[in-house]
Amino acid sequence: MKKQKSTNESVFNNNNNNHFDYLSEEIVFAILDGLDENPIDNKSFSLVCKSFYAIESRHRKILRPLRSEHLTKVLNRYPNVTRLNLSLCPRITDTSLSIISTACNETLRSIDLSRSKFFSHLGLSNLVTNCSNLIEIDLSNATELRDSAAAAIAEAKNLEKLWLGRCKSITDIGIGCIAVGCRKLRLINLKWCLGVGDLGVGLIAVKCKEIRSLDLSYLPITKKCLSSILKLQYLEDLVLEGCFGIDDGSLAVLKQGCKSLETLDMSSCQNVSHVGLSSLTSGTGCLRQLILAYGSPVTLALADSLQKLSTLQSIKLDGCLVTCPGLKAIGNWCVSLRELSLSKCTGVTDKGLSSLVTKHKDLRKLDITCCRKITHVSIAHITNSCTLLTSLKMESCTLVPKEAFVLIGQRCHFLEELDLTDNEIDDEGLKSISRCFKLSSLKLGICLNMTDDGLIHIGMCCSKLIELDLYRSEGIKDTGIQAIARGCPGLEMINLAYCKDISDSSLLSLSKCWKLNALESRGCPLITSFGLAAIATGCKQLTKLDIKKCYTINLSYSSVTDVGLLSLASISCLQSMTILHLKGLTPKGLAAALLACGGLTKVKLQASFKSLLPPPLFEHLEARGCSFQWRDKLFQAELDDSRCWKLQLEDIRLL
Amino acid sequence: MLQANSEPIEGICAILNPLLSFDLGGGLEMDLKEKLSVDTWTKSSSSCHELPKKAPPDHQSFTNFNLQQYQQKWEDPSNQDYDMTIESQFPEFNQTSEAPSSVTCNPNNQTEIPDQQDVQMNEMCDSSRIQDWDPRAMLNNLSFLEQKIHQLQDLVHLVVSRRGQVVTRSDELVSQQQQLITADLTSIIVQLISTAGSLLPSVKQTLYTNPSITQFGQLGGVVFPSGPNLNGSAVQQNIGGRKVSDQSNHVDLAGSCKIEQNCIEDHESKDEEDADEGENLPPGSYEILQLEKEEILAPHTHFCMICGKGFKRDANLRMHMRGHGDEYKTPAALAKPHKESSSEPMLIKRYSCPYAGCKRNKDHKKFQPLKTILCVKNHYKRTHCDKSYTCSRCNTKKFSVIADLKTHEKHCGRDKWLCSCGTTFSRKDKLFGHIALFQGHTPAISLDETKASASGPSDLGEDNEATNKVEFTGLNFGSNVLNGFGGQNVLDIKGSVDDPASFFSPLSFDPCNLSGLHEFPRPPFEDSESSFSFLMSGLCNYPRKTGGDSGSNDLE
Repeated sequence: MKKQKSTNESVFNNNNNNHFDYLSEEIVFAILDGLDENPIDNKSFSLVCKSFYAIESRHRKILRPLRSEHLTKVLNRYPNVTRLNLSLCPRITDTSLSIISTACNETLRSIDLSRSKFFSHLGLSNLVTNCSNLIEIDLSNATELRDSAAAAIAEAKNLEKLWLGRCKSITDIGIGCIAVGCRKLRLINLKWCLGVGDLGVGLIAVKCKEIRSLDLSYLPITKKCLSSILKLQYLEDLVLEGCFGIDDGSLAVLKQGCKSLETLDMSSCQNVSHVGLSSLTSGTGCLRQLILAYGSPVTLALADSLQKLSTLQSIKLDGCLVTCPGLKAIGNWCVSLRELSLSKCTGVTDKGLSSLVTKHKDLRKLDITCCRKITHVSIAHITNSCTLLTSLKMESCTLVPKEAFVLIGQRCHFLEELDLTDNEIDDEGLKSISRCFKLSSLKLGICLNMTDDGLIHIGMCCSKLIELDLYRSEGIKDTGIQAIARGCPGLEMINLAYCKDISDSSLLSLSKCWKLNALESRGCPLITSFGLAAIATGCKQLTKLDIKKCYTINLSYSSVTDVGLLSLASISCLQSMTILHLKGLTPKGLAAALLACGGLTKVKLQASFKSLLPPPLFEHLEARGCSFQWRDKLFQAELDDSRCWKLQLEDIRLL
Repeated sequence: MLQANSEPIEGICAILNPLLSFDLGGGLEMDLKEKLSVDTWTKSSSSCHELPKKAPPDHQSFTNFNLQQYQQKWEDPSNQDYDMTIESQFPEFNQTSEAPSSVTCNPNNQTEIPDQQDVQMNEMCDSSRIQDWDPRAMLNNLSFLEQKIHQLQDLVHLVVSRRGQVVTRSDELVSQQQQLITADLTSIIVQLISTAGSLLPSVKQTLYTNPSITQFGQLGGVVFPSGPNLNGSAVQQNIGGRKVSDQSNHVDLAGSCKIEQNCIEDHESKDEEDADEGENLPPGSYEILQLEKEEILAPHTHFCMICGKGFKRDANLRMHMRGHGDEYKTPAALAKPHKESSSEPMLIKRYSCPYAGCKRNKDHKKFQPLKTILCVKNHYKRTHCDKSYTCSRCNTKKFSVIADLKTHEKHCGRDKWLCSCGTTFSRKDKLFGHIALFQGHTPAISLDETKASASGPSDLGEDNEATNKVEFTGLNFGSNVLNGFGGQNVLDIKGSVDDPASFFSPLSFDPCNLSGLHEFPRPPFEDSESSFSFLMSGLCNYPRKTGGDSGSNDLE
């Protein structure tokens, strides 16, 4: 609407002097500041007039280019870009990096290369020397990079944040270079850098005194480097997930204290028990969050060892074996927890959970996913005492009856996130839940008892909904989706997989939700290319589209219904595409679609196409950064009935 | 060769025998007095007297000089070189008391090159070591003898021919010629005796009563330790021989004391620290023993009462004793002498280093005792002795304990950890310690880094082997049991973990995770497979180095 209005005005004003020219740059900047949310708004703003175009170019600070081919042009247009997000460009070569470094040089502060490939240490070195003000570099997933690349990064003297997750080929030597070179580092993420050990991490701790956040997940480190890490004066966030070399003995150094530590993640540290954790209490002064997922059993001893943590607000015990006395002891802690996660914990009973939640009345977030033993007793206690809950995740609490969900809607009005996947909730419950007007994320997958009537209530009341999951909720039909699409314009993600009654009219209505970026509609046999075309024209931000087993979509180029194909190609930021079991798809049409989608990174295809399409095509696409996955699965008549599917699932579970 | 030469040698010996008893003593005395001023034509004899002049009196350089010679011999065992070395013994003959350290010139030392442990050690060491019979050394000796005899033959020929030509000559000249011949003969005999002695230590010999011979025997005893035995099993003479060697010991020790250096090596405490680090015995709860320097430096600790041959182990001595008669063959004599104090509570024994001022010396303020005799030996050699073993590969690293050299040579030049300042380190943790210490130093990345795979595993082979074994078994348990690293506790208890990082090498870490943790992102298939195979090979081929190598190759 804005676009139309402004273009009209500009056309109107073109005859006379352009009134917009009289607006000072500051005022236009102030207007632009309010526009940041949606790139399309910016685009239309810049189309108003020449001066707006120029001002918008100067105003733009953050850039997320779609194609690396146009980098030169784009960067010339936006000279003041400080953040460059290249996550949509799978192919970034050394040449691209040199283009960036010459275009941006001193202004660039942050660059994200986490999804890009094909660059080497030479390009990085070029980038780092020219853009000397770089503060953030994200190099996650650069599995090919070696120590030479790390040495290149070490030249970025002003670097404060560095992500190196999954850089498996970087060793202690490279990290040593970074530690010596980047003295201002505040955050470093070394998750899954398996080549890095005690020596590299220890040197980071010795040299980079400013470190606030340290992610050392899955590193082969031992207590040797832990003592120097804990001497870091400003360390707030420490992640030691899956560090098997850390045991109770290593944690003894905690007693000497790390007063600044606020968050500690020790998930999957199998060698840590309550003995080691007890040293936490004496050492840490302001610990707020403690994550002990997949660790030692939550017993009385463990709960008691953590009792004295006076500032604790959040604890995550996912996947632990939990005992009733342990939960009771947590209930008796002097602190009032804000966040508690017992996801996938075995041994959570009504008794234990009830005694816990009645004490911690301030709980904001509660995760009781897969606590299969709890019944309406727990829900009653939760809703009774924790009325401030903003997030409740209770996927697969199968013993909770449908009446219990009415309680949730009645008492917890502040809920923003609600996960009711695989539960017995019915329309009454949904109606009650629709009172939670702040709801932004609602997951109703595999809820077989609800119908459109319930969903219409949600659509009418929860206008802030962003994410809706209706996976295999087969009671849902077009009317429900239409109500949602009408009532929740901000919807970004929707999952309609296996809702077999969904047809094109749902997609038509969803195409009005212009923020939609993920649409899963696999196994919806009624969807055709017509609906898809509507989505493609309406939802320009779509990045994820799953149309598996939508049998009637025709992607054939020569066929009459080539709308689907053309519209697919027009979604320029489409990254992942799964095209399986589509009837009537010809190689020619597929090739055209693949070539048209320049930003593709992942394509799943039927293996038979491999021989039908020319090899140079694949080479070309792979060089663009697209990876192919070939599926040789024969088409199977699936169980159409979701109830049967669920029963089958439960059989598997029991095994 | 041996057979071919034996005949002429015997023959010459037979000829020379009368000469020996007749002239030898006088000849030597002459040598001592005159230092041989004349006669350029007697090449072999003269050269032996020139040497001491060239050789600087200072002990250090002398040993260096010797080392050089050894190296030459290593490379090219030609007669020329050989000659030089041999001749250098002569000064020592005459000057045992003046330059005791020159013992190292002892020609027999060349038999020891592979394990020449104590170049600057006293005679005692040499004397006992010599008796480790080495056929190659014997061959060298024999060829030397052959050459010597040929030279002598030439000399005598010359004398004979001159006699024919010149009728009138001064007596002086004649006597000088005689002296020269005698000196050569002496050396031949000494060599012969020592050669035979190394082969037949228990052969009964006839007695020589000639005083000059006795003296010779004594001198020989100094230089060629087997001399006394050969010269006579007569106890008296043996004692005499030992006396001399004892004297020289004293002198030598005095000398070595002067040149002792307080060099502290970084790996000084490889075993000794392992052994007693963390042990906190209250002072007084143990008995402090202090060995003397010569005891420490002696290569042998067990000596035959009859022939004086030394052994490192008492079991070897008992085996040797069997050769001395049937009385030593009884089961009682062969049995291991059990410790007498087994019944009463044993007082813990700890050792003190004899070097005053050393932390391991009992008079030091913060005295830390050494646990075993072996610790004492290694500590003393490493800390208070010259590092005389140079690595042949890098020619920079020096060691005083041969085992250290061998350990070093195993991975010398293989994994160089390089700092930007140019300093190289053999161990990664040392490099990182260095970098942590200095501002602005960074780890340098090798040029072939792009080609080589992750260099992480190369630091595996650094620890002593025992530790490695523990680590590996522990690690493997850990990965199987899903309990993570169950073996780690074992390690901690043992306290032998020199470098705990290595038990956690990136390579071996991979499979562990795969089995232990489901969320772990599965690396590409061949990758995980290779790391498994590495693990297996590391277990099977016990010397871990090979395992490590193959592993790193696989990774590429």
